[in-house]
Amino acid sequence: MPRRDDLKSILVIGSGPIVIGQACEFDYSGTQACRILREEGYRVILANSNPATIMTDPDFADATYIEPLNIEILEAIIAAEKPDALLPTLGGQTALNLSMELVDAGILDKHGVELIGADQEAIATAEDRERFKDAMVEVGLDVLRSGVANSMETARTIVADIGLPVVIRPAYILGGKGTGIAETAEEFEKVASNGIAASPIGEILIEESIYGWKEYELEVMRDKADNQVIVCSIENVDPMGVHTGDSITVAPVQTLTDVELQEMRDSAFTVMRRVGVETGGSNVQFAVHPETGRQVVIEMNPRVSRSSALASKATGFPIAKIAARLAIGYTLDEIPNDITKETPASFEPTIDYVVTKIPRWAFEKFPGTSGVLGTQMQSVGEAMAIGRTFPESLQKGLRSLELGRAGLNCDPGEAAYDELSDDDLLAAACISTPERIWQLEACLRRGIDVDAVFAATKVDPWFLDQMLRITEERAALAEIGFDAMTPRAWKRAKQHGFADAQLAYLWSMSESDVRSARIAAGVLPTYKTVDTCGAEFDAETPYHYSTWEDTSEVRPSDRRKVMILGSGPNRIGQGIEFDYCCVHASFALGDADFETIMVNCNPETVSTDYDTSDRLYFEPLTHEDVMNIIEAEQPEGIIVSLGGQTPLKLANDLPPELIAGTSPVSIDLAEDREQWNAMCARMEIPQPAGGTATTVEQALDIIGRIGYPALVRPSYVLGGRAMEIVYDDGGLTAAMEQLASFGSLGREGGLSAERPVLIDRFLEDATEVDVDAIRDVTGEVIIGAVMQHVEEAGVHSGDSACIIPPPTLSPETIGVLEEYTRRIATELEVKGLINVQYAVKGNQVFVIEANPRASRTVPFVAKATGVPLAKIAARVMMNATLEELRVEGLVRPPVTGHVAVKEAVLPFNRFPDADPLLGPEMRSTGEVMGIDASTGLAFTKSQMAAGGTLPESGAIFFSLADRDKAVGAEAAARFVDLGFTIVATAGTADALEAAGVTVTERLGKISADGVAEPGANAVDLIEDGRIQMVVNSPRGRGPRADGAYIRAAAGSAGIPLLTTGAAALAAANGMTDWLDTPLSVRSLQSYLGTTAS
Amino acid sequence: MTNKEAALVLADGTVFEGEAIGVAVPDGISTGEVVFNTVMTGYQEVMTDPSYAGQIITFTYPHIGNYGVNDVDYESRRAFCRGIIVRDPARRTSNHRATGDLSDFLEAQGLAGIAGLDTRRLTRHIRDLGAMPGAFGTADEAALLAAAKAEPGTDGIDLVATVTCDEPYTIESDGPRRIVAMDFGIKTSILNQLRELGSVEVVPAQTTADEIMAREPDGVFLSNGPGDPEPLTHIRDTISSLLGEVPIFGICLGHQLLSATLGADTYKLPFGHHGGNHPVQRLRDGLVEITSQNHNYAVSEDSLVDAELTHINLNDGTVQGIRSTTAPAFSVQYHPEAGPGPHDSRYLFADFEQLMEDFHATS
Repeated sequence: MPRRDDLKSILVIGSGPIVIGQACEFDYSGTQACRILREEGYRVILANSNPATIMTDPDFADATYIEPLNIEILEAIIAAEKPDALLPTLGGQTALNLSMELVDAGILDKHGVELIGADQEAIATAEDRERFKDAMVEVGLDVLRSGVANSMETARTIVADIGLPVVIRPAYILGGKGTGIAETAEEFEKVASNGIAASPIGEILIEESIYGWKEYELEVMRDKADNQVIVCSIENVDPMGVHTGDSITVAPVQTLTDVELQEMRDSAFTVMRRVGVETGGSNVQFAVHPETGRQVVIEMNPRVSRSSALASKATGFPIAKIAARLAIGYTLDEIPNDITKETPASFEPTIDYVVTKIPRWAFEKFPGTSGVLGTQMQSVGEAMAIGRTFPESLQKGLRSLELGRAGLNCDPGEAAYDELSDDDLLAAACISTPERIWQLEACLRRGIDVDAVFAATKVDPWFLDQMLRITEERAALAEIGFDAMTPRAWKRAKQHGFADAQLAYLWSMSESDVRSARIAAGVLPTYKTVDTCGAEFDAETPYHYSTWEDTSEVRPSDRRKVMILGSGPNRIGQGIEFDYCCVHASFALGDADFETIMVNCNPETVSTDYDTSDRLYFEPLTHEDVMNIIEAEQPEGIIVSLGGQTPLKLANDLPPELIAGTSPVSIDLAEDREQWNAMCARMEIPQPAGGTATTVEQALDIIGRIGYPALVRPSYVLGGRAMEIVYDDGGLTAAMEQLASFGSLGREGGLSAERPVLIDRFLEDATEVDVDAIRDVTGEVIIGAVMQHVEEAGVHSGDSACIIPPPTLSPETIGVLEEYTRRIATELEVKGLINVQYAVKGNQVFVIEANPRASRTVPFVAKATGVPLAKIAARVMMNATLEELRVEGLVRPPVTGHVAVKEAVLPFNRFPDADPLLGPEMRSTGEVMGIDASTGLAFTKSQMAAGGTLPESGAIFFSLADRDKAVGAEAAARFVDLGFTIVATAGTADALEAAGVTVTERLGKISADGVAEPGANAVDLIEDGRIQMVVNSPRGRGPRADGAYIRAAAGSAGIPLLTTGAAALAAANGMTDWLDTPLSVRSLQSYLGTTAS
Repeated sequence: MTNKEAALVLADGTVFEGEAIGVAVPDGISTGEVVFNTVMTGYQEVMTDPSYAGQIITFTYPHIGNYGVNDVDYESRRAFCRGIIVRDPARRTSNHRATGDLSDFLEAQGLAGIAGLDTRRLTRHIRDLGAMPGAFGTADEAALLAAAKAEPGTDGIDLVATVTCDEPYTIESDGPRRIVAMDFGIKTSILNQLRELGSVEVVPAQTTADEIMAREPDGVFLSNGPGDPEPLTHIRDTISSLLGEVPIFGICLGHQLLSATLGADTYKLPFGHHGGNHPVQRLRDGLVEITSQNHNYAVSEDSLVDAELTHINLNDGTVQGIRSTTAPAFSVQYHPEAGPGPHDSRYLFADFEQLMEDFHATS
């Protein structure tokens, strides 16, 4: 049956900002879906608040609304666009929940919008744990013994029946947030009450604990004719007890017999039918008892998920694309398999390699967190690797993480556990943490046998034995020694996944010597193809991975080729924005008739969709892996400056003549503090005073010259890693020691003459400004945008809200900013993008730093101005001139007449033990954009989109640092005008009253150790719901500085928290505008005066 | 497992280097027709499927042996294949059902194998050039090449005689019917499905129609089996005599023999279908079944006489099922019993039951 002709337009809801548990996999699925729906001739309307996504490019939908995702806004969009249908299954839990709200509120009915791809009943059955379980029992499937509680009283009755240990999960929560295991009665009380509080409907599920069971997932597709296929089977290395998003997972299933796997497959189909997922993809999770084989259904997601993105990349079967086609009426047998072209999509992919996915965490960003993994997802990104065997795939995956580890062992990091006794090591390995995989290896390397490790950790003996093979190979290679390596031995080592860098470490020699010797021995990588069919059919799609076999399947063409290096696993500071840039480069260069070659290892992204580039290499971004592809493909240019720090770090060791765009020498010049200072001095561009140091003594010398406060940061990192503002010698010494000694930075090489610490005078109360610009080979420079930050300098630019156009900078200042940017770009001989950061104090402009590469703001600027900066930059890097691109229509003047605000989204709700305080270290996971006619409206929308909808009435609590008191008083006065009451701590109240603001109540302080002064205090009031918003700017920047308790209370109560006076003022202005103006929505195409191509 | 160097040499002279696994065979040479199977699980069932008689099985999935072997998942009394080709045999087994590992199994079956070679290169070679004879082992390459060239392949050879049972035997059941199953290399999974319908009397391939009818069957089952249906004229004669007298259901080789008896031609596919993921469309309602497949020969659609096409393979359009238009008989090319593979097509056994019931009601 062909597509439905009764539908003309379809609304797609995206997943909003990147948060933990919901990352760019939904940009991948949403982009695929939008493409397909448009290809099928439908009018596509897209709603998503995240400007960093590819899907919100005006090219991917007919009407793109970058608006806050809530049902009021969505109703306004529906009223404006009158879509015939809503496709709710491609925007993660966010889109699914919003769609359910739209149904429940009667909005879809009211506007005659049909829900396609899933129905209300199916979603409710899958999402409501009690209903789901009842449904499973009804169709004869085994489930965990459990009960549902809406109160602690019922919870206690249930646990008395089931017995401890139990798992507690809140209902209607994405990524397992608020979930926990209770082994004791005390733990039960705590976890259960937290769970009830976390659930939007105040409900928890209490279940028998299956900690230590084997965990599996099946990715299922079903069409309306009831054809069903399993796209991919996944087995977790980490047993049950760790959220699957935090587990190392492997495809396909490794340790189930066919009999068991077919039983699981039958169950998955039964689940789909009973839940009623009529069309589309879902994932079903199972737990299997390791000794009895008992299989229980754990849960299912009736939508495209993180696992389905992984399954798509793992098998080459594009789940989201097919799901979109199924939703509009096709059946699986009517859809061709993209990869083979000859065969239909109604089949089950079979693979002849092993895929390993490994999460990446960011605990170092959140001091105070334990780093222990559990049933609540905490990772911020993941890497995937493909190898012919598990050992090869595991080692490739581990080095893809970019944690300074070259693989499972055989690198400096392998000594990390040498000091531990066997018992302590084994005990450590029993606790799931990001380090567990290496602890398991350390156990095996020192001879603790597989059975003992299995008994302690429940990690399956097959996986442990495969790890032992790596360990034994390491020993064998040490034994053989470099001089005695035969071609056969080289190949064997490489087949075990050893990188040249690991062998170099093992034999204490340089990586380049290892590489030369290996090549001389004739041992070269071969590239195989991901083809969905185990080579049974000829594959058309060039999706490749390296391995060490007899023959390579890559046949390089003689077209002009450009290689684009992606940004690797998502992490805080380097995420979807850079994937956006790489994908745009690929699109633009493809349009300009280059053959594009993408290299990346992040399965969540659009860049690793085999449709994005002419060729995709799913490979780790290391020197060796990249050099191997260069040798196989012989590109004429390599783009290293669009993927963030990952490719940039590789640039110095790649053939310099191949680096497209700004030369690595210029990139270094901007990073090298001495040269950069000299350059600024020569150009007479003012900078904050500063210097570089590798020791505490040198640092103190610099302070003697510049004074406190000072900004201390390492060179060559992104996202302000380990950046700090220090106010005294104690703080400085602590910061230097932290940087020099250990920690994640130490592991990446520590401090050295090449990587010193930068120490600059910190300009308090200055306004921070970002400028993005592009310079071409002729020297012409275009300014992309001047962005004014809401938070003052000192808050990392990635965590600060920023505004286009700058609301309070004078035209003269903007002129100076643009002029400096042009001069710096010219001096650095930039060819491509440059981002320059400034601090403006009064009328004086100071340059803070310049980065001749794509910045995080590139997609935001493109959405706000209509100028496709990344596309232009990619072309410019390959020597097109801006003038030529102007003729082509790619370079156009920025569209003005509206205001766009980018706001950061922070993950503090995931890390309740960390202080939710903004500082120079970036901690946001994602961003949203608010766009409207005025700054106030756009800012308000940005807050709403970021999840901090500003209150309309009530009390606002103020506690301000001295430097913030003037601007804070201005904000407070506005709030009073808006009808709010103000409560404040004594000092702040004095300041506010002195400025003429009425303070209705003075609250007691809370000391640094959490003790409250007598009388009312903010924490109590917040918990009682008597405060609707908190404005708390910190004094001092240490952990647990006073105010932390207040901020934590605001975080857990879910009320807006503003940590700077500037943000408070912006909010006050926004709320003023908001109350005066009716809600309006407008598509990006309408703002930018474009139509989708 | 040993690490002794070994090679696989195909009849066209292509050489693959690997390591010997399993038993050490006399003169270090094993020969057979080299085919590939794309299942990711179910290696024990595949290795013990008698339809692989005369063949060397290449597993495209690299890790084989992970979950060991057990006493239940045998598809016949022993392995009839000539050897296995594996990229990476497991050293350690992990599964609660396991009673032994791959190495034990190969020893017990007297089977040799070769591991560590580029199985994807081999698969692509066979895909492009067709299944071909080959020889592997620890002997030198010249000896292996000579052996590969001397290997006759499967065309025109009666391989059924090498796998069928010597004597009839009966599998008792609580079911009401009596089914006679002609054993051309029958799989245990099929017997397990049939016994749900009634007692199963398994008879050797050379059993005559009279002998079969003397057992007063409610239905006759034509089993799967190895090789070329062409030389099996005596079996076609038997089927011809049974047609119309008793309901007949055939699977795989049984399907080819039924079709051929009705008058259709069979031919050899370039490299056959061996896997667990082939989409087959049921023409009566368009539903798609994911099927287990294992055949090198197929029925030519154009040559179908007195039969209607009921199932086709969506990958290449080949005939996957037929129904006689003149007699109560139907058959499928693929394996509804699974073992290994999906359970999507088990309704065919119910169809057989229905056919027997209808036949009984009208006669």
